[in-house]
Amino acid sequence: VCIHRVRSCSSIRFIKSKYVCVFDKSALKFSHQQRLFRTSPVSCGQIVQFKLSDIGEGITEVTVKEWYVKEGDSVSQFDSICEVQSDKASVTITSRYDGIIRKLHYSIDDIAFVGKPLVDIEIDASKGVAPEEDVVETPPMSHEEHTHQEIKGHKTLATPAVRRLAMENNIKLSEVVGTGKDNRILKEDILNYLAKQTGAILPPSPKAEMVSPVRRTEAVPAAPKDKAHKIPVPVSRPIAFSGKDKTEPVTGFQKAMVKTMSAALKIPHFGYSDEVDLTQLVQLREELKPLAEIRGVKLSFMPFFIKAASLGLLQYPILNASLDENCQNVTYKASHNIGVAMDTEQGLIVPNVKNVQVCSVFDIAVELNRLQSLGSAGQLGTSDLTGGTFTLSNIGTIGGTYAKPVILPPEVAIGALGKIQVLPRFNGKGEVFKAKIMNVSWSADHRIIDGATMARFSNLWKSYLESPASMLLDLK
Amino acid sequence: MVLQSFKNCLWLPCVLRTPKACFWSTASGGLIIQSVSNDVYQNLAVEDWIHDHMDLEKQQILFLWRNSPAVVIGRHQNPWQECNLRLLRQRNIKLARRKSGGGTVYHDLGNINLTFFTTRKKYERMGNLKLIVKALKALRPQLDVHVTDRFDILLDKQYKISGTAAKLGRTSAYHHCTLLCNADKFVLSSVLKSPYKGLKSNATPSVPASVKNLFEEDASLTTEMLLDAIAKEYAVQHQIDHHITLINPADETLLPGISSKTKELQTWEWVYGKTPKFSVSTCLNMPYKDSVLDVKVNMDVKHGRIEVCNIDLPEQWLPPGLYSELVKSLTGSKFCPNETTALVATLLRVCPQDNELHSRWSLLCENMIRLM
Repeated sequence: VCIHRVRSCSSIRFIKSKYVCVFDKSALKFSHQQRLFRTSPVSCGQIVQFKLSDIGEGITEVTVKEWYVKEGDSVSQFDSICEVQSDKASVTITSRYDGIIRKLHYSIDDIAFVGKPLVDIEIDASKGVAPEEDVVETPPMSHEEHTHQEIKGHKTLATPAVRRLAMENNIKLSEVVGTGKDNRILKEDILNYLAKQTGAILPPSPKAEMVSPVRRTEAVPAAPKDKAHKIPVPVSRPIAFSGKDKTEPVTGFQKAMVKTMSAALKIPHFGYSDEVDLTQLVQLREELKPLAEIRGVKLSFMPFFIKAASLGLLQYPILNASLDENCQNVTYKASHNIGVAMDTEQGLIVPNVKNVQVCSVFDIAVELNRLQSLGSAGQLGTSDLTGGTFTLSNIGTIGGTYAKPVILPPEVAIGALGKIQVLPRFNGKGEVFKAKIMNVSWSADHRIIDGATMARFSNLWKSYLESPASMLLDLK
Repeated sequence: MVLQSFKNCLWLPCVLRTPKACFWSTASGGLIIQSVSNDVYQNLAVEDWIHDHMDLEKQQILFLWRNSPAVVIGRHQNPWQECNLRLLRQRNIKLARRKSGGGTVYHDLGNINLTFFTTRKKYERMGNLKLIVKALKALRPQLDVHVTDRFDILLDKQYKISGTAAKLGRTSAYHHCTLLCNADKFVLSSVLKSPYKGLKSNATPSVPASVKNLFEEDASLTTEMLLDAIAKEYAVQHQIDHHITLINPADETLLPGISSKTKELQTWEWVYGKTPKFSVSTCLNMPYKDSVLDVKVNMDVKHGRIEVCNIDLPEQWLPPGLYSELVKSLTGSKFCPNETTALVATLLRVCPQDNELHSRWSLLCENMIRLM
């Protein structure tokens, strides 16, 4: 006698109506495991009061400190239920049953008593079978194999409920790939294994199945039955992917970025890019690096870029300005507080070097070192992060050539620096030489900055960096 | 002595509780191991790993470890309540939350940590502490040390030299304790004093005690001598060789999964986020121009994040739009100075550029951040 049982799997959201009609209501009487199809677990199991077991050392009461489950959650045997504390000992209480949590007897900080009920768990009437309805439709096959499960090799992890399900369907656990914790075999794994076996029994899923790159099992082609159809329909799901979308609120650094960038939308950006030949600067830095090290400071290229920018801003002060909310007034800022975009573990942060117009390249290097170490320690203060008037973003340390940076309000301009590449260029004599080239991409507020201004500023900045000696002439 | 044999052995990481991989000593009823690392997170991860993976039925384990300066709070404690977080950050002292209960301790290289791993059934703290006392007395018979009912070890009947905590799981358990040999008492007392007032919480409070180093009692004692003496006593009581196996907590082959445990212990979500719900109710005294403003602040913090935030400012001191933006930003955000600084700096970008406003804003925000 073949018993038809309705299958519902947690990953299938609906079952086609014609499928359900196959299901003869009279068959309900035959199997005690029959249930009407519903989307929530049906309450027809037995409620067991799981008592708090003996902690040891004669302890009779503990304080409940944290719940790992809530009412309605399903638990497997050995899953953690809660954390309790007694006299400097923290105890993890694990479940003895598979089932659904129906009641928590205590709230956080309540005193719980040894020997008294801790939680109520609803377990199935037929012990060992999982309470969610997932009974499988098997094609009428005669199974000569005995039902005793042989487990090859090392011990396979699976809860008793899962083992029983496997046994009922004549599945060898050793052949199933476990996707749970510690490669534990879950109900879903058994069902997916069955799907492979029975092929077209599963109604085609409306969503395309994702193939997980990590769990690579044997790729299962479409079941042989499909060969009869004229149009090959990809039916099988070779690899079990049990990932779920995760939604989290936007907080912290991300929230800050959302706010800043949303405000930046109001600014009509235009871009201007160029390449800078840093061959001479690279050499200069090599000479100066050991000198800076003696003074205990790490010298990168940024101090030069920052100082050159400040010298440029002296000639084109509109780039160091701020437009008010109503676009009525432009404020030319006296201080050149040049921001440096920094990538930290938590996200993007932009501290600024104050008053670059009166700082030497070395002063800037010292300050950058300070900001960098504070930034990586997560200890930058509000004064470091506010008051910026112009920003440089050295994305080239990570990579890239051209970029389209977003202006950080209330500023009106920003520059993104690409990586330094060694490229062939022609010199004055028409010879090819190895040049150290870096690309710069500027963005500016087109309400008050025009292309010509940006271009001239960029040319000036570029000339300072291409022949660093010229910076000496204009240094204040 | 460094382990040699493990490289030749197969280790099946996917199998929980393998009856001992062959490099752990199988013949005896006990094993003594010592960490080569002084990183508190790595060492706590080792404890966690042994608790989860080792079968302690046939052999018990004694784990010896020391840490570079760190403050370690109990599983259910509140770091704001237990220590001076600003001082910790300034001095680069790490903050860790362990998985066992109990109170807050300060670790440095002058403090030794001992963890006794047993099965859940054989969990027994008093015996372990008496073992330590016996070892100390064997080393220096004149030492006046004894174990109290609270599982502390006292020197000269008044100074605490050891504190205890424990963790119990389904089948295994561990009891660990500290032992003050030559720790920096000055730093200890200053970091373990919280300047916080107005904090209401159900977190486990620490019980402060006067402490003393064993070194002060007998200057010839060193941490090595103490470790050795305790290992010797453990070996005698468990009838095993007095042999200490060194382990490297960074060795993923030896301890598969250890690096993810180490990482987890360092996450903000674990260290701060596991703080039981608490509320802050305080008054900021902000000197502004010629007067001092008293601003009442009330915040509820759950999972380390601000659930509710109320700042009682004088009317119109800040434009109402900006005030509500501030409250909205803070709500749901971490009770963390770094994150709050980033948020308030951002809000300043998008508000009217007015020097007066900026200075008020900075003043308020600086004070708020100081609370975290």
